[in-house]
This record gives sequence, structure tokens and C-alpha cells, in this order.
Amino acid sequence: MKKEKTFLQKVREWPLLLPVVALFLVMAVNIIYDAANGNNPFTFFMITLQNTTGNGTILYGRIIDILNRGSEAAILAIGMTLVVSSSAGTDISVGSVMALAASVCCVMLAGFGETSVTELRMPLIFGVIGGILIACVCGMFNGFLVAYLKIQPMVATLILFSAARAIGFLVNNNMIVYVRNDTFGKIGGFTGIIPTPIIIALVCVVLTALILKKTALGTYIQSVGINPKASRIAGLSSVAIIFMTYVICGFFAGVAGIVKASRITSADPNNVGLYMEMDAILAVALGGNSLGGGKFNLTGSIIGAYTIQAITTTLYALGVSTDQAPVFKAIIVIMIVAIQAPPVQAYFRKRRAAKLALQQEVA
Amino acid sequence: MKTKSKLNSNTLLLLITIALFFVLYAGGCIAYGAKGFTHFQTFLNVMITNAGLISVACGLTVVMLTAGIDISVGALVAMDCMLLAVGMQNGIGAIPMIILVLVIGLVFGAVQGYLVGYLQIQPFIVTMAGMFFARGMTAVICTDQVAITADTNQLFYDIANAKIILPFGGYTNNKGVYMAPFIRVGVVIALLVLLIIFLMLRYTKFGRSLYAVGGSEQSAAMMGLNVKMTKLKAHILCSFLASIGGICYCLNSMQGSVQQATGFEMDAISSSVIGGTLLTGGVGNVIGTFFGVLINGTISSIVKTNGKLASSWPNILTAALLFVFIVIQSIFAAIREKQKA
Repeated sequence: MKKEKTFLQKVREWPLLLPVVALFLVMAVNIIYDAANGNNPFTFFMITLQNTTGNGTILYGRIIDILNRGSEAAILAIGMTLVVSSSAGTDISVGSVMALAASVCCVMLAGFGETSVTELRMPLIFGVIGGILIACVCGMFNGFLVAYLKIQPMVATLILFSAARAIGFLVNNNMIVYVRNDTFGKIGGFTGIIPTPIIIALVCVVLTALILKKTALGTYIQSVGINPKASRIAGLSSVAIIFMTYVICGFFAGVAGIVKASRITSADPNNVGLYMEMDAILAVALGGNSLGGGKFNLTGSIIGAYTIQAITTTLYALGVSTDQAPVFKAIIVIMIVAIQAPPVQAYFRKRRAAKLALQQEVA
Repeated sequence: MKTKSKLNSNTLLLLITIALFFVLYAGGCIAYGAKGFTHFQTFLNVMITNAGLISVACGLTVVMLTAGIDISVGALVAMDCMLLAVGMQNGIGAIPMIILVLVIGLVFGAVQGYLVGYLQIQPFIVTMAGMFFARGMTAVICTDQVAITADTNQLFYDIANAKIILPFGGYTNNKGVYMAPFIRVGVVIALLVLLIIFLMLRYTKFGRSLYAVGGSEQSAAMMGLNVKMTKLKAHILCSFLASIGGICYCLNSMQGSVQQATGFEMDAISSSVIGGTLLTGGVGNVIGTFFGVLINGTISSIVKTNGKLASSWPNILTAALLFVFIVIQSIFAAIREKQKA
């Protein structure tokens, strides 16, 4: 006999529970903080039109800021989700690959050798394609090591983690290359009144979601992640699918790198994408995805990415310095993963079962 | 028969590592002999610069033997340096501060080990949080660059500047002055750590159980080993050794700053992997790790001696080496699989 699930049980089994609860908590902290300081408690949610000297009329507000600055993490989180799902490992090279893509893009736009230009030396699209192409090559390298040579993902991507940033320096001739150009600046700036990174992130997410839903690719990736041997026997090329997820991850790292480069109108291999791999992995974990591979939830990862940005922005608003913010991030991460840990879950299940047994006895 | 072939491939990897170090070093001697690369002191300088790394990499090898990983060590080193610098600036003695740093290492390792061993969270996530925490705490302690000088603490300054002169391998320079080769205290500490960990891995019950847990967790549990406890102990040992490494590092840098020792964990991991430690666990040796560190050090020393190469070359070369070694390891693993089948 199967009992109808209660509302509470449904909520408990909702895959997006964790990221959504985290997001609400962050909002609550913001409201309380604003109220305590005598401001309008809903400052956090206010979106206004503001005139700026550089960009004309633009949307302004804390939510817009979070959506804008969280774009890179969200874009990376798409690729990372697929990699985690298919290979049960993480790609720790994405931050470095971002730096390399940014360097290649800026060096191409600056016409190879110049360190500071205000006019593009070649059409914007060439630079963008160049940056994304090099990132895809990096993805192929990672994918080759993981899929064909069966090397642990973390070790395989460790190579590019330390090399890609260094190669970026070589490409840049050890300099920071500035491209102070309006057309290039648009990618990380504003289109009309909306920040362009938000649009780029949205396009990336929607396209990926469509491809995963409309083709069988999403199912293939999950089945390879759950059991590569069984999938191979079922007729899927596990190797090719794992390889592909790494190339996709590289592609999105390239996109994120170019957005970041445009945002700061320069390619600084030291700082572009620094610690971004951590944010991307965290977004995946926060989104309720198991880092052990298998089933994935893209929506969760995206919400996770923006939640992390919301946490960061909130910490800055509370007056925590950039260097000190990681302490709080670390505590939040540990709390989230500890709740999801198998022994803790087992403990909660046991307590629930005991409670249920007690109720039945009383009845 | 099977065990013999397995042993052979692992020893072969170790031999390749050692041979590579000698080839690299000989190459450096031939190319930059005129710039003093042939002097015994150059080799000792590699040891002095990398004393901290030797200790940290030994700790990482221990954790990697259990098929785990610890990426928090670099941040922990930075936190140790900052604590030492700020503590001594505020008039606390060198000895209490060193003890405090070591105790913090133990506690830090215990928390991480508990989360990894008993709560079964992936080591990568746990230590990533540990890294964030330690790096952030460094900034919470102080955001400035704090230097340690003779005024801050005479004892620590003396330890850092003490030269231990070796009785052999000296040379007479152009002016006819005899230059005696020397090492610093950090090197002695690092070599002691190396020796103790080597003996521990080889001869103690705990050392052998590390290999057993890394080889196969289930078999180890069936043999009656306490897998959770072994992992906890491995992480405590790793963080403790990272703290010792942090003290050695501080003896070299003589300052505390937030940006210190970034990427240190990756240097340590790549040293271990180049030294033949498998990240899948169960295979590895600190002697290999030691040579891995020396290879890393020699590469940066060669690039520094050249003077014209861009500063990013050591990173690229180390990564290339890492690539070669990982591929060799995977080929060996494939051969082993075939032999089994």
C-alpha cells in the first residue's frame, strides 16, 4: 500500500531545496541588516534606473549587481555540472583557462605586441573566436587525459591549472595588455539598460538547457556518470561523451574569460579567474548535485552560482573586506556539505523513523 | 609473480624520477657551469629554498597514500607565517609561538580529518573549505605585510640566520677566499621530517595501514583496520607537517603576508606525483617525493640562473613534467590491468 506523500515530504525531496533555502537565508540577512541600520528593509530588492556618465541610463540595484557579477560563475557552473556528472571529478583548470583565453583574446585584439590600445587592430569577432578556440583546445587536452588515458580528473586538470596561467603570461609577454575600446568593453558592460554579462549567461544557460532537453545528450551524460561500463554495453561511447563534456567545459571557460577581460578592459593573467574554479565547484555542490557523478541538476547549479555571488556581495555590504570574506565562505561550504553527508543524513532518517514508529504505537 | 611485476613498475618510476633529477642537474651544470652552477652550494641553496616544501610534500604524500588530497596546506603555511610574524611583533616569544603554530596545525588537521573520515565528505571539498578558511584567517589576523627583524625577535632571527657549515665541498673563489658550504636550520628540520616519515611508512603499523586503506578501503575494513581513524590520523599528520613546513618557510621569507605561498599546495602535489605517488592511493614513497621537490627546485634554479627566461617558465616546465609522469603512470597501470586479465 502506497501512501500519498504529504506536502512536507514533497518539499523535503525537492532537489532545489538546498540552493533555494540558502538564497532565501542570504536575502533574510540583507533585510535584517538594512532594517537594523534604519534603511528601507527592502533596499536589497530595489531596482532603479540611474544615469551614469559612461554608460547612459542603466538598471541599478543590488540584485542587478549580483546577477551581473555572478555571470562568470554561472557560465562556468554549466560546464562544471556536466563534467562532474559524466566523470565524477572536477575540472580545476577552468580559472586558469579563463586567464589564458582572456590573454589570447586581448593580445589578438591589440595586434600582437602592443600593451595598451584604444582601437581594435582586428575585428572583435576574431579575438573572441581566438580566445574561445584556445579554451576549447585546453578542454580537449583535459578530456583526452581523463577519457582516453583514464587519469583522475583532478590530477589531469592540475596540469593546466598551473600551466594555462603561465602560458597566458608568455602570450602577454609578462605584461598586462589593455584594450580600452568601447566595442570590446560592451561584452562586460551594458547593452541598452541591461548589463551584457547577464544576457550572455542567459543565452548560454538557455542554449545548453535546450540541447540537453531536446536531444538525448543529457540522459547520455547522466548514464555514463552513473555507470560507464553499463553505458558502454548499452551502446554508448562513454569515452567520447566524457571527452565532450570536458570540451564543453573548456568552451564555457573561454566565454567566461572573455567576459571577465572585457569587464576589466584588460588581460591580467595574475587575477583573471583567480579562485573561479572553486566558485564553480561550489556552485555545483550547492546546487544539490552529487560530486560523485551521475544525475545532475543544471538549474540548481545556476542558482548555486548566484547564491555564492549573493553571499559575497552581502559580505561586502556588511563591511567584510575582500581578503577576509573566504572565512565565511568556508564555514558556509562546510555547513552545506556536512548536512548532505551520508552519516548525517542516515542519522536524520533514523530519528524520523523512530518518531514515526512512536506515533504508530500511540495510535 | 604478479606482485613482483607490480613492485618493479613502481621502483622503475622512482628510478626514472631520480635519473631525471641527475640529468636535469647535469644539464644545468654543463649549460651554466660558468655562472657557478657546479658549486656544491648551488645544490644546497635548492635545499634551503625548498626546505618548507619538503616537509609539506611529505605530509601530502601521507594523505595521498590514503587516496585523499589536501589543498589547504599552502593557505595553512601562509597563516602560520602571519601568526608567527604578528605574534612576535606583539612581544610573544619565539618558542611559545612555534608551539602555538604546531598545535593549530594539529587542530586544523583533526577537524579536516573528522569531516573526511567520519562524515565521509570528499577530501577535495573539505580541504578547499580549509584553504578558504586559512587564507581568510590570515587576512583577519592582519592584512599588512609584517616583517620579522632582529628587533621583533632576536631568537627567531638568530635561528633563521644560523649557518651550519659543512666540512666538505667548499671552493676557493676568484679573490682566493675559501667559501665553506653551509645549510640552514630549515634544511635540518626538513631532512629529519623526511627520515622520520620514511621510517614510519616503512616500519610502523600506522604506516602500513595507510597503504592498506589507500589500496582498497573495503579490504582494509575487512582486515579489521579502522579506516575512519586512519584517515583522521593521516590528515592530522599532514596538517602538522604543513605547520612544520610553514615554520621552515617563515625562516626563509621572514615575513607574514596574505599573498604568501599561493600555489604552494600545487607545488607539493606535483612534487609527490612526479615522485611516483599515485593519486588513486596505495602507492608512493617519500624518497620519490623528496626527488620530486628537488626536480622542481632545480628547474626554478636553472631558470633563475639563466636570467633571461620569463618567470612563468618554471610553472610550464613543471606542468610538462607532471604531464609526462602522469602519462607514464597511466601506461604502467594499463599494462598491469592487461597482465591481470
